[in-house]
Amino acid sequence: MTRPGFVLEVDDRTPPLVVHEGEGFRLETFPRGTRVVYPPEAMPGIRDVDGAIRRALLEPVGSDPLPALLFSGMRLTIAFDDISLPLPPMVKPDIRQRIIEQVLTMAAASGVDDVEIVSANALHRRLTPAELKDIVGERVFRSFFPQGALYNHDAEDKANLLHVGQTDRGEDVEINRRAAESDLLIYVNVNLVAMDGGHKSVPIGLASYKSLRHHHNSHTMVHSRSFMDHTKSAMHHSAWRMGRMLADHLKIFTIETTLNNDVFPTNYKFLMKREWEWGVKDQASMLAARRGLAVAPKGLRHNIFQGMRAPYGLTGVNAGETEAVHELTVAKVHEQQMVEVQGQSDVLVLGVPYLGPYNVNSVMNPILATCMGLGYYFNSYRGQPVVRKGGAVILYHPVEEDFNQLHHPSYVDFYEEVLTTSTEPSVIEAKFEEQYATDPWYIHLYRTSHAYHGVHPFYMWYWAAHAMDHVGDVIWVGANRRAVERMGFRAASSLQDALEMASGTVGRSPSITYLRNPPHLIADVR
Amino acid sequence: MMLALEMFRSIPRFAAAKVSGGRMPGLLVGPMAPLRLVTRDEPAVRRPGWAQVKPLLSGICGSDLGAITGQTSLYFSALVSMPFVPGHEVVGELAEDCEDLPRGTRVVVDPVLACAARGVDPCEPCQQGRTNLCNHVTVGHISPGLQTGFCQDTGGGWGERLTVHRSQLHAVPDSLTDERAVLVEPLACAVQLARRAQVPAGGSVLVSGAGAVGLFAVLALRELTDAGRITVIAKHGRQADLARRFGASDVAAPDEAMRAVRRTTRALRVAPQGLPAPAARLTGASEMLLGGVDVAVDAVGSTSSLDTVLRSTKAGGRAVLSGMPAGADLSPAWFRELEVAGTYASSGDAFDVAMRLAEQAPMDDVVAGRYPLHRWREALDHAQSAGRLGAVKVCFDVRSRA
Repeated sequence: MTRPGFVLEVDDRTPPLVVHEGEGFRLETFPRGTRVVYPPEAMPGIRDVDGAIRRALLEPVGSDPLPALLFSGMRLTIAFDDISLPLPPMVKPDIRQRIIEQVLTMAAASGVDDVEIVSANALHRRLTPAELKDIVGERVFRSFFPQGALYNHDAEDKANLLHVGQTDRGEDVEINRRAAESDLLIYVNVNLVAMDGGHKSVPIGLASYKSLRHHHNSHTMVHSRSFMDHTKSAMHHSAWRMGRMLADHLKIFTIETTLNNDVFPTNYKFLMKREWEWGVKDQASMLAARRGLAVAPKGLRHNIFQGMRAPYGLTGVNAGETEAVHELTVAKVHEQQMVEVQGQSDVLVLGVPYLGPYNVNSVMNPILATCMGLGYYFNSYRGQPVVRKGGAVILYHPVEEDFNQLHHPSYVDFYEEVLTTSTEPSVIEAKFEEQYATDPWYIHLYRTSHAYHGVHPFYMWYWAAHAMDHVGDVIWVGANRRAVERMGFRAASSLQDALEMASGTVGRSPSITYLRNPPHLIADVR
Repeated sequence: MMLALEMFRSIPRFAAAKVSGGRMPGLLVGPMAPLRLVTRDEPAVRRPGWAQVKPLLSGICGSDLGAITGQTSLYFSALVSMPFVPGHEVVGELAEDCEDLPRGTRVVVDPVLACAARGVDPCEPCQQGRTNLCNHVTVGHISPGLQTGFCQDTGGGWGERLTVHRSQLHAVPDSLTDERAVLVEPLACAVQLARRAQVPAGGSVLVSGAGAVGLFAVLALRELTDAGRITVIAKHGRQADLARRFGASDVAAPDEAMRAVRRTTRALRVAPQGLPAPAARLTGASEMLLGGVDVAVDAVGSTSSLDTVLRSTKAGGRAVLSGMPAGADLSPAWFRELEVAGTYASSGDAFDVAMRLAEQAPMDDVVAGRYPLHRWREALDHAQSAGRLGAVKVCFDVRSRA
């Protein structure tokens, strides 16, 4: 039995607490009375992973066993979650590799030879061959990639998209043609947070802009409360409608996996422990890490963090009918990540770490930092937000004006052109989204290079729309002032300054909650 | 006798100016300037049609600074006569009757010294009314000089008197203040520019530079053409504000220029391969667009500005050179079949149109600095850094002794 997540109230004996801030972390002294929400400790992982996968495939929920769905002469497509999951990337072998290998073994046994494997990257950047190999493993890569049977989904390849139809709300469902015309589509998922999986996999991962714009828009994002609860999220409602429609046209066999909270490698294990439980070894590791990072050049620091691999344990693998599988998945994610929190607070403090779903092997630019803090972490709640309506959010991140031109070319223009015009999601959506989404240069880079789609920075901004709508003040500690102001926020040099600045919004004695992630947690706010 | 600033021939000073260029303005307006404040005879051309003018305000133009800082091409050395009193953006009062204009009339000066002023038979361009292209700027009864302000005999606006031919004079209506009237000459150049730009209806335009030339170009393009989106490259905040006020659709910083044009025109961008950024800059291998604006205007005259203009104009488009251009890689002009058009001074009714613009346009605070002649070092220093200091036009207030 794992220990549940822990909620601590800071008192005189509470040591300084770790706060992540980009490629580094600081030890912060919080005011007395601050509520600190720790993520639950890692659940034990399944020991016989391959056995668990085999069992899931042979004993699926709401579906016949996989071998019964396979037959000679069929068209089989296997889609898998792209590089944006999990975070950090897991130590090899990747769970997706282990699943795909077993699926392929069963397919071969059934005489299936028309198999294609596709990265469900939607409007994310194309994965490099090395990144594809990292996920599917050497054997699968060597067998499929040279023949062109392992590839990235191309949401701008009109000839290879199929408009399947519209939902009863008029939402276009357009997905990868090969997947839509297959006899069986198998989706291999990594469910790191409750937001992922279910009908978010196929209708979003293999979709085009025409389809995605129905739920990836400012209105839907503001009305998704929260992304971590698909029953309350307008974005998920749309995806569910699309998924149910797709299920009528296409046989989908969903395989979902859940991971535990083991996100940091051995040298950084102390980051997953509560500070007041650090032993001598943890103290020494922390000291070494801080000193090392302090003197390391920026490039080296970047490489250290981006090179981190998480020794996740697999907590569950389920296969079969999408919704039945997802119910089990969500239960498992909740079991690992849910922490009960009593009531809202005036101020929410968040440390934004070095990595988000969209800067793997890349740079976390200001828009991604905002998305990570106000999009992902702010929305890590169930019930109601951790911070009250009109409260303040204080985030830690350097927010450097640093962009990866290869991966995020449209982000630079978004930052320079769009955010200087307005930061209001609905305004920029109306004024700029279409332009960016159809810009031939961004489309060219998306299709031929490794660039996120032109519209992607809009989506990242929309992720934060609910938070921006909900809170009265957003203050970044230790951030580049110019960048933060460009985004319509404020910068402070310390927590004390930030609280002083927020006092106009929340008063001089606000209640404060610090969500100490990563690893992931979902605050179940009662 | 009169007080005047005089530009004189000094090879060491010219060389020093050339070397330090615009990078060390302190030197150029200090002991190394090929410019001096002198007391000299009043200029006078004793021929019919000529009269003396008492300057009220005289603008400091980029071409004046170019001459002082040694940036002007030697091409022009045959077209000036030393020493001369600079200053060709002039509003003044007639000191004597001039044909139909009585003494005391407030006038602005079209500085071009064409056939009529030189007393020679009109050349072909002058016959066509294109006096700015006159072929006779070195002959006739006055010394060589393409304009008033570059001619030994006529004087210029940076002195207490200059002499002007009737063909160069335009009476200023009472409704126009001196501060607006002094802008008529550069505005006339902008009118000429707008006409030379030949912007197609709804066409996209890039104006590289938001100094006086660039800003007035925006104004003229917006007023006189059916240009669609006008993107302006502005270095400083106030320039950006003024550009928008004058009609720019978008304003971008110089380092964002190519990206901004690419975005507004939905062009494709091509970057040089395999070169680190510093090497790319040194070798001129900078990024370029496939596609781009219909018309691009270089309103700076620097290599980087001209490069930006040539590299961001769409195939078959038009690159307009306003002011004296520096050297640049002409490959895009060849490869993209660009029409490269120069625009120099003004002709036809440009002054009348400019007068109207000067009356109507929102330009009350465009003249930001007024200096007496004896504070010429401060004045030039201010003009040299005008953009950074938030100024558009710096002037000599020739009447002032304060």
